Amino acid sequence: MTEREKPHTFVVYVENKPGVLNRIASLFRRRGYNIESLAVGHTERPNISRMTIVSSIGEGAAHRVEANIYKLVNVLSVEDVTHASTISRSLALIKVEAAEESRHRLMEIVRVFRARVVDLAPRSLVIEITGAEDKIHALVDVLRPFGILEMVRTGQVVMRRGVQERANESASQKAARGDTRQSEQKPGSELTGANALVEAERPGSV
Amino acid sequence: MNEPSSHSAAPRKLTGAEIIWECLERLGVEHVFGYPGGAILPTYDALTKSRVHHVLVRHEQGATHMADGYARASGRVGVALATSGPGATNMVTGIATAMMDSSPIVCITGQVGSAVLGSDAFQETDITGITLPITKHNYLVTRADEIAISLREAFHIAASDRPGPVLVDITKDAQLGSCEFDWDAAAPRAHRQVPDFFPAPAKLDEAAALINESQRPVILAGHGIMLSGAGEEVRRLAETADIPVALTLLGLGAFPASHALNLGMMGMHGEAWVNQAIQESDLLIALGMRFDDRVTGKLNTYAQKAKKIHVEIDRAEINKNVHVDVPLIGDLREILHRLLPLVKANRHSEWWSQVHVSKQDSAVRDIQNLPDSGHLYAAHVINDLWRETKGDAVIVTDVGQHQMWEAQYYHHEKPRSLITSGGLGTMGFALPAAIGAKFARPEAEVWVVAGDGGFQMTMAELATIVQEKLNVKIAIINNGYLGMVRQWQEFFYEGRYAGTPLLSPDYVKLAEAYGIPGLMVTERSQVVPALHTSRFHAGAALIDFRVEQEDSVYPMVPAGADLHAMIRRPTPLVERPTDD
Repeated sequence: MTEREKPHTFVVYVENKPGVLNRIASLFRRRGYNIESLAVGHTERPNISRMTIVSSIGEGAAHRVEANIYKLVNVLSVEDVTHASTISRSLALIKVEAAEESRHRLMEIVRVFRARVVDLAPRSLVIEITGAEDKIHALVDVLRPFGILEMVRTGQVVMRRGVQERANESASQKAARGDTRQSEQKPGSELTGANALVEAERPGSV
Repeated sequence: MNEPSSHSAAPRKLTGAEIIWECLERLGVEHVFGYPGGAILPTYDALTKSRVHHVLVRHEQGATHMADGYARASGRVGVALATSGPGATNMVTGIATAMMDSSPIVCITGQVGSAVLGSDAFQETDITGITLPITKHNYLVTRADEIAISLREAFHIAASDRPGPVLVDITKDAQLGSCEFDWDAAAPRAHRQVPDFFPAPAKLDEAAALINESQRPVILAGHGIMLSGAGEEVRRLAETADIPVALTLLGLGAFPASHALNLGMMGMHGEAWVNQAIQESDLLIALGMRFDDRVTGKLNTYAQKAKKIHVEIDRAEINKNVHVDVPLIGDLREILHRLLPLVKANRHSEWWSQVHVSKQDSAVRDIQNLPDSGHLYAAHVINDLWRETKGDAVIVTDVGQHQMWEAQYYHHEKPRSLITSGGLGTMGFALPAAIGAKFARPEAEVWVVAGDGGFQMTMAELATIVQEKLNVKIAIINNGYLGMVRQWQEFFYEGRYAGTPLLSPDYVKLAEAYGIPGLMVTERSQVVPALHTSRFHAGAALIDFRVEQEDSVYPMVPAGADLHAMIRRPTPLVERPTDD
């Protein structure tokens, strides 16, 4: 029985050190999972980088990957935000064939999609678009008949909406964020630590 | 020898190589298992000024298994040392072995100079890249002032949480360079892996309620009991609620074999009644074990009637193979401390009588009690070894049939009395691991139990035993085959013995060439006298036991089969023709 696969998005905070990306990528590689999108960059904290990783895997596989990422020494926190309320953006540069006669229609499309033309050459133009995945897909579909000469995409970046405590954040992770209060565990209160995460875990198949 | 290092906080200027030994001394390291070479030479040069005892191995794989055996016998971190390139790659098997069995070792490797890293310099290899998936963590150290913090962190990571191997790769220029040595400033960071989860009280209540209501509970006792030092707590839990205890291979010794509540080993070569009890149970209480495929058999028929409580320090093990109803994540001993007051005294006499019925129902396979047929079975050897040593020895096994017979016929009463490669199943483990175990516990009687296949993989370490004047006893269970593979060929490949018949040297002469007295045993009546002679010899001794060639390990759950579908020993056993 194979699990139904769907894109899972992980947000990972890591120490900014050589080899950390390799350690994380290796956890996907050894299980035969493909990383579809990856974005890494600095954060508001010095020497801490944030990764957004998208991989199409089953629910059980996602839990295994998340738990194993968490075990890496250089990882400060990891969260599977697939089911959370998030804002997701990526950027694409699309070079399209643009003969004199089609240029006007292309400009119209760019306006509708709130994209931008960032380069205009005699036979082509380059369109920059920022947005959620489906918006970029939609633009690409519309542009395809004109002739896409070249395209480059960034990885997705994802952020939770609003302010909330990360569900799987542990005491020392909080300490890493500068929050040193020890969370009191009251019966019935929202669980913290790994048990909260496990609470939500149900293996997709055995 | 220099003066014992003054543990003053005042920084001193030392070379990187000196810092390595200074750190190892302060970390309490007494023995390092290693092999010198170009890129680690500065460190070997500084060894002459250190109090640490260096054990020269014959192959770097041996060094890692020795560090592993040392760690498993003592609970302390074992240390292996090697040069770059082939020295480092020879360590890979030992590191993977330690990773699979959660054994805390630190491997230090020399590396080419940082200026030529990545240039395919002589004896350069990307050992941090190679060992990335088989270490808990690893370091590439390119400066002398990074050595102390890396080593202190490495020891902390190796021993904390779920233990495991850590590799520290140190470039030659880092060893040669010098800096102010400041022990205190190199304290390991309180990184996130501090065991910071703890089950909510509600989860403990839920677990206790399941235990208190259960009619047919079974405790699954694993290696984690040893690692956490929770043997006493597990015993109290079992006794309070009258729960049968089944053990994993690496769990043997965690619960006394002679205890009335001990069921025996579970899994592929476990006792039939143990697997039967697991399949009939209404509650499995898994303590420091990971539902390995060798203990579960086919997953979707595994313990279908049972709710499951899983006490485990590694979150990634929860729901990995088997869905559990109540996961309790954290240190086993601490969790049991909090759980025990919630568990009510109970009796399960009906459940016990059910277990006893299936026990009697099992095919008799106690070879020990059969009349002497002239055949020498490995089970005789193991059982006599158990009787002779009164179950008090540290047994270090290799991998294969003899390993399973050891698990079945040597009854372990104490934690850390069986040292064996479980997860990776590394042949060649026994002899070097026993050397490490003997350094860890010099007062213990240490026996190698190895097959003729595995023994030949690392027998070069006989020289290490002699050079170090170690009193390690060696029992070779010699059946002329790679026996476990032969057994699979017999059962599942219609007896086509491809690549399994095995030639051995004359082990008695081999031992004598090393200056170790050797004995050969071909009959059952010779077993006890030979064991006796070897045990009371003041140094290392070797016995070549020529056992029945085509005996198989029973019972057996074929790989991927239902746990309750065991192949039993064909009876009667002893009536086989004596001329075969």
